Amino acid sequence: MDLNSLVSMLLGGMAAGMVLFIVSVGLSVTMGLMGFVNLAHGAFAMLGGYAIVLTMKHWGLPFPAALLFGFVSVAAVSVVFERLLYAPLYRAGELDQVLLTIGLVFALVAAVTLSVGPETQAVQLPPWLSGQTDLGFMQYRTYSLVLIVAGTALMIALWLGFERTRIGARIRAAVDNRRMAQSMGVDVGRLFTLTFALGSGLAAVGGGLGAEILGLDPQYPFRYLAYFLIVVAVGGMGRISGVYFAAILIGILDFVLKIYFPKGGTLFIYALTLVLLLARPQGLFGRRGP
Amino acid sequence: MSAPAELARRHHWRWWEALPWLLALGAFFAFPTYLAFGTQVLITILFALSLDLVLGYAGIVTLGHAAFFGAGAYTVGMLALHLGWSEPLSGLLAAALVAGAIGLASGLVLLRTHGLALLMLTLCTMALLEQAANMGAHWTGGFDGMPGLSFGKILGLFGFDALYYRSQYLYSLAALFLCFLIVRKLVYSSFGQSLTGIRENLLRMHAVGAPVRWRQVIAYTVSAALAGVAGALFTQANGYVNLAVLGLERSAGVLIVLILGGYGRLYGAFVGAIAYMVLEHLLAKAYPTAWQLGLGITLIAVALFARNGVIGMFDALRRRFARPAP
Repeated sequence: MDLNSLVSMLLGGMAAGMVLFIVSVGLSVTMGLMGFVNLAHGAFAMLGGYAIVLTMKHWGLPFPAALLFGFVSVAAVSVVFERLLYAPLYRAGELDQVLLTIGLVFALVAAVTLSVGPETQAVQLPPWLSGQTDLGFMQYRTYSLVLIVAGTALMIALWLGFERTRIGARIRAAVDNRRMAQSMGVDVGRLFTLTFALGSGLAAVGGGLGAEILGLDPQYPFRYLAYFLIVVAVGGMGRISGVYFAAILIGILDFVLKIYFPKGGTLFIYALTLVLLLARPQGLFGRRGP
Repeated sequence: MSAPAELARRHHWRWWEALPWLLALGAFFAFPTYLAFGTQVLITILFALSLDLVLGYAGIVTLGHAAFFGAGAYTVGMLALHLGWSEPLSGLLAAALVAGAIGLASGLVLLRTHGLALLMLTLCTMALLEQAANMGAHWTGGFDGMPGLSFGKILGLFGFDALYYRSQYLYSLAALFLCFLIVRKLVYSSFGQSLTGIRENLLRMHAVGAPVRWRQVIAYTVSAALAGVAGALFTQANGYVNLAVLGLERSAGVLIVLILGGYGRLYGAFVGAIAYMVLEHLLAKAYPTAWQLGLGITLIAVALFARNGVIGMFDALRRRFARPAP
C-alpha cells in the first residue's frame, strides 16, 4: 500500500470520527454529570440535521448560518424536554430513564416522519466546501479536511472551557463527585441544564455536519444509537479528550474495516468494545470512579 | 389472614390463575379465523415472560434480550434448512439449549458489570450476534434471512405448517404453559425470593452471604433459554427468519410489552402482550407512524406517571377502594 492511500484512509476515518465526536461529546458530559441514561441523544442530532438541511433548502440560509440556527433551536428545545421530562427522573432507576428516552426517540422519529416524510434528506454543501484541496503531496476532499479542523478546534475550545474556566471546574467537580460538589455549593441541577443544552446543540451541529457522511432520515437515532454510546463508553464519561480520541479511533477503524471487510467490519468494532468494556468498565480514557 | 401465613401460601394456585388459560382455550373455539394472530400473541407473551425473569425479578436492565430470541429463531431455521431437522418439538429443545448456552456464556462475563456498562454490553452482544447473522450468509441467509422454511409433524403425529393454524396455536399454547410453569416455580421458590432480594438491595444480599452473581447468572441463563424457545416458535409459526428477530427494535418492543403490562409480576407479560398486540393489529397497519408516535408518548407517560404498568394501576385502584381513607 502506498503512502497516499494510507493517508487518505486515515483522513477519511478521522473526518467520520469528528462527526461522532461532535455528536457524542455532549452525551459523555451529561451522562457523566447525572448518570442519566439518555438514549435520545441521537434524536437531538437528527432534529438538528433536519433543522439545518430544511432551513438551507426552504429559507435559503447559508451553511454556517443554518448550523448556528440548528444549534440554537435544538438547544432551546432540549431545555424544555430536560425541565419537563428528564428532571423528574434524575433519582429514578435506569429502567425508567431507558423507558423515557426510548419513548422520546419513538415519538421524535414518528413526528419527523409525519411532518417531513420518511425519505432521506440530501444536504447541499456550498461550493467552497465541496471541492478538493491540494495538500502538497495529494488532493483531498475539502469538506473532510474542514471537518477535521473544526472538530479539533472544538475539542480544544471545549477542553479549555473545561480546564480553565470556573464553570468547567464546577462541571469536573460534579462529574467526579456530585454529592461533594453539591455540598460545596455547586448548583448541579442548573449546571446540568446548561451542559444538556450545550450537548444537545452540539449534537444538532453534528447531525448537520455529518448528514453528508452518515446520511439523514428518520431512522437515524436507531441506526447510530449504538455507535454514539460506544464512543462515550470507550472514551469515558465526562472526558472530552477521551471522547475525541475514542471517536477518531472508531472512525478510522470503521473506515478501514469497511474497505477490507465490507461485511464484517462492524462485527469487529462491537467485539472490541465488548472486550474493552469488560477489561475497563470505565472506558479507555476514563478514570476509575470513587 | 396473617402476613406470615399469607407468605407461606404465596405459591398456592388461586382460582383466577386458571382464567388466562381458559380464555386462551376459549379463543381457540371463538375466533377460528384469528388463530395465526393468536399464535403471535402467545409467542410475544412467552418472550415478555422471559424478560420479566431477568428484568422484573432479578432487576437486570438489558437492552439486548432480542439476542436470545434471535438465537433460538436462527437455531431452528438453520437446523431445518441445513440438516433437515424439522421436527418442531426437538427444535424447541435445541433452541433452548443454544440460547441458554449463549445466555450462560455472556451472563458469566457481562454480569460482572452493572449500570451503564451492563446496558452497553447487552446492546453490544446483541449487535454482535446481528452482525454475525448478517455476515454468515452461507449459513444464515445474511440480510435476506431464510424464507420459505417448512417444518415436519410434531413428534411425527400432528401436522405443523404455516397453513395449519389450529395445531400451531395449541402447540404454542402448550409451550407457553410449560414455560410458565417453570417460571412460576422458580419465582416462588427460595431462589426466586433471593432474586427479588438482589433486585431490592444488592449490598444486603452480599452481606448475608447470598451467592449474588451465580443467582443472577442462573436467572439470566434460564431467561435466555425461554426467550430462545419464543424465537424458535416464531420461526416455526411464520416459516421464515430474518435479521429483524435480532434488532434493537425487537428488544425495545418486548421491553414496552412488559412495562405496559407491569414487570415483576407473573401475569404482567400476558396483559401487556395482549394489549400491545391487539392495539398494534388495529392501528399499526393502517397508521404506522401515528402508532409509533402513540407508542412513544405512552412510554414517556408510563415512565413518568405509571411505573407499574396496567396491572399496577389496577392494584393501586384496588388498594384505594379496599381500604377506606382514614
